[in-house]
Amino acid sequence: MADHHPTGIKRWLFTTNHKDIGTMYLWFSFVMFIVGGSMAMVIRAELYQPGLQFVDPNTFNQMTTMHGLIMVFGAVMPSMVGLANWLIPMQIGAPDMALPRMNNWSFWILPFAFTLLLLSFTMPGGAPNFGWTFYAPLSTTYAPPSTDFFIFGVHMMGISSIMGAINVIVTVFNMRAPGMTLMKMPLFVWTWLITAFLLIMVMPVLAGAVTMMLTDRHFGTSFFDAAGGGDPVMFQHIFWFFGHPEVYIMILPAFGVVSEIIPAFSRKKLFGYASMVYATASIALLSFIVWAHHMFTVGMPVAGELFFMIATMLIAVPTGVKVFNWVATMWKGSLTFETPMLFSIAFVILFTIGGFSGVMLAMAPIDFQYHDTYFVVAHFHYVLFPGAIFGTTAAVYYWMPKWTGKKCNEKWGKWHFWLSMIFVNLTFFPMHFSGLAGMPRRIPDYNMMFAGFNELASIGAFGLGLVQILFLFIVIKTVRSGEKSEKKPWDGATGLEWDQIDTPAPYHTFDTPPKVS
Amino acid sequence: MSEQDLQQANKLLVKKLLAVVAGMFVFVYALIPLYDVFCDITGLNGKTRGKALYESVSVDDQREITIEFMTNVNRGMPWEFGSKTAKVKVHPGELNEVIFYAKNRSGEETIGQTVPSVSPGQAALYLNKTECFCFDKQVLQAGEYVDMPMKFYIDPDLPEEITHLTLSYKLYNITEAVNSATGATK
Repeated sequence: MADHHPTGIKRWLFTTNHKDIGTMYLWFSFVMFIVGGSMAMVIRAELYQPGLQFVDPNTFNQMTTMHGLIMVFGAVMPSMVGLANWLIPMQIGAPDMALPRMNNWSFWILPFAFTLLLLSFTMPGGAPNFGWTFYAPLSTTYAPPSTDFFIFGVHMMGISSIMGAINVIVTVFNMRAPGMTLMKMPLFVWTWLITAFLLIMVMPVLAGAVTMMLTDRHFGTSFFDAAGGGDPVMFQHIFWFFGHPEVYIMILPAFGVVSEIIPAFSRKKLFGYASMVYATASIALLSFIVWAHHMFTVGMPVAGELFFMIATMLIAVPTGVKVFNWVATMWKGSLTFETPMLFSIAFVILFTIGGFSGVMLAMAPIDFQYHDTYFVVAHFHYVLFPGAIFGTTAAVYYWMPKWTGKKCNEKWGKWHFWLSMIFVNLTFFPMHFSGLAGMPRRIPDYNMMFAGFNELASIGAFGLGLVQILFLFIVIKTVRSGEKSEKKPWDGATGLEWDQIDTPAPYHTFDTPPKVS
Repeated sequence: MSEQDLQQANKLLVKKLLAVVAGMFVFVYALIPLYDVFCDITGLNGKTRGKALYESVSVDDQREITIEFMTNVNRGMPWEFGSKTAKVKVHPGELNEVIFYAKNRSGEETIGQTVPSVSPGQAALYLNKTECFCFDKQVLQAGEYVDMPMKFYIDPDLPEEITHLTLSYKLYNITEAVNSATGATK
């Protein structure tokens, strides 16, 4: 009875089981990761040498735009929701998510949203080509007709994210097992709870921004059109009011993941649990008052520049607390370096590099030089690839035995890690230098002087892309013929999902809530 | 908690969270007037205020401010538009006049609207216009030429460090927008 579930396609279409839905989210995000990644390959192939070799500038712009949109909304965000679905109910001792039918719906919207978005490549005028930040008037007056499909796609994925976030909040507030107080929750649940609040606050802002674009394009409003009394800079304010919390939406759950994994492989309790919770909450609160640091060069008065500069630098404090706590957890621990731990340690080191370049960008006077250069590209790829994506990868390696009952092959996992580690740095580190030397973002051609750095970055990117295919093979091999896992494959792992649930986790868990002391 | 109580609690929380979502959606639209109010109070946006009255402002002969005039014509606007004076030096407090001109080079009646902008933005609050073509839309018949005077004075309270100003006008073609709006109301 415990393992009864429908079979065939209907199981996946109609499922309300948090584990099934989590699995679908994770696979969906991986497919999107490959789609967005192949666009990155086109970008890096074009930039391998100066001059125009493979694609024309308009196609290049479509590639950068769609790469950004797909990776942010299609790969990173759904992967985090997938982890939330799998882990939150098991970690707080709930039988399922609080709103299982809505859960099904919020997943199944996504494939349709992204099909619409991707179909825009086949339309006259091509796909959106105005950058993932879709600044007006590029996205209104000068945009291709397919922009309306982009707008509708963003509406749909926004609805999906909001429903997912509501589900997480209701689950965490109402479905915790008796004795599981808020301050006993695993950190992954905490970071996701805070992420969910960010989501319900800012996804409606994004929806509003694209709705204004839509009415500007077709219904004669002038929100962003100076001719009608509007203001294109207004778009940037609204977009980044969404956009800055959005970057924390992508990274906070990964903070939670490494806060689970590092203690497990250090065989110590997490150092400074409470300070981790408060640091995460402070980062989330501060994220609402720093948006204009993305727009230092629009002509803000000095008072504005100063405010946003100082507020932004303030974020380095709670982030520093978190990095300190991770390092302090490892301090004098009995460390072992299995694949999930390797990815987590790389996360801490490389995310910190990305954090430092962020502090550099936060300085308004210096930002005038860095703005819209490859330095910015290097910065956000350092926080996203070795940050969000290494975090998710570590989570997959860590919880895979719990999900499938089988262990990933350590040897292949280590190959995956070390090659990723080398290639991710080879790809993104040279971008710091080309950016400092003045290479602008979003261009298909560039001055000869940047050729060396770009060649390195392209070689790194091709390697990084290939290595992720290796990850796909590792996952498939594990699911099909992986070594059978004992109940707790990692001896330092703690939490309800390891202590109270069989491995692999049965289809239904915690029908009666566990006792938490 | 019993199953039923849980359902009730979930429903209540979902309603509250949906209210937050709706509230944030409304908030985005509220941001548009809020930003305008904020910019109006602080003059951050380089937007000049509406029509000003010139009443016995004391002239500060000691200071001299250079003002440059820039004009731009937007895509799809068939007019010639410019300022007869590129640059003037004025004393704060005195009333000055500059003549702009526009010529409709197309064969049809066209309606234009200019949008002013001041740089540096902080100076916008101190540039007072008593008469400006930018307060109204302009209608020019085919081939019509018009001189458009603009009268302004600079508030003597203009911050010390500002010695140069640029007043820029961009001319937009709003014929279609006006016609469709009046067409809709007819």
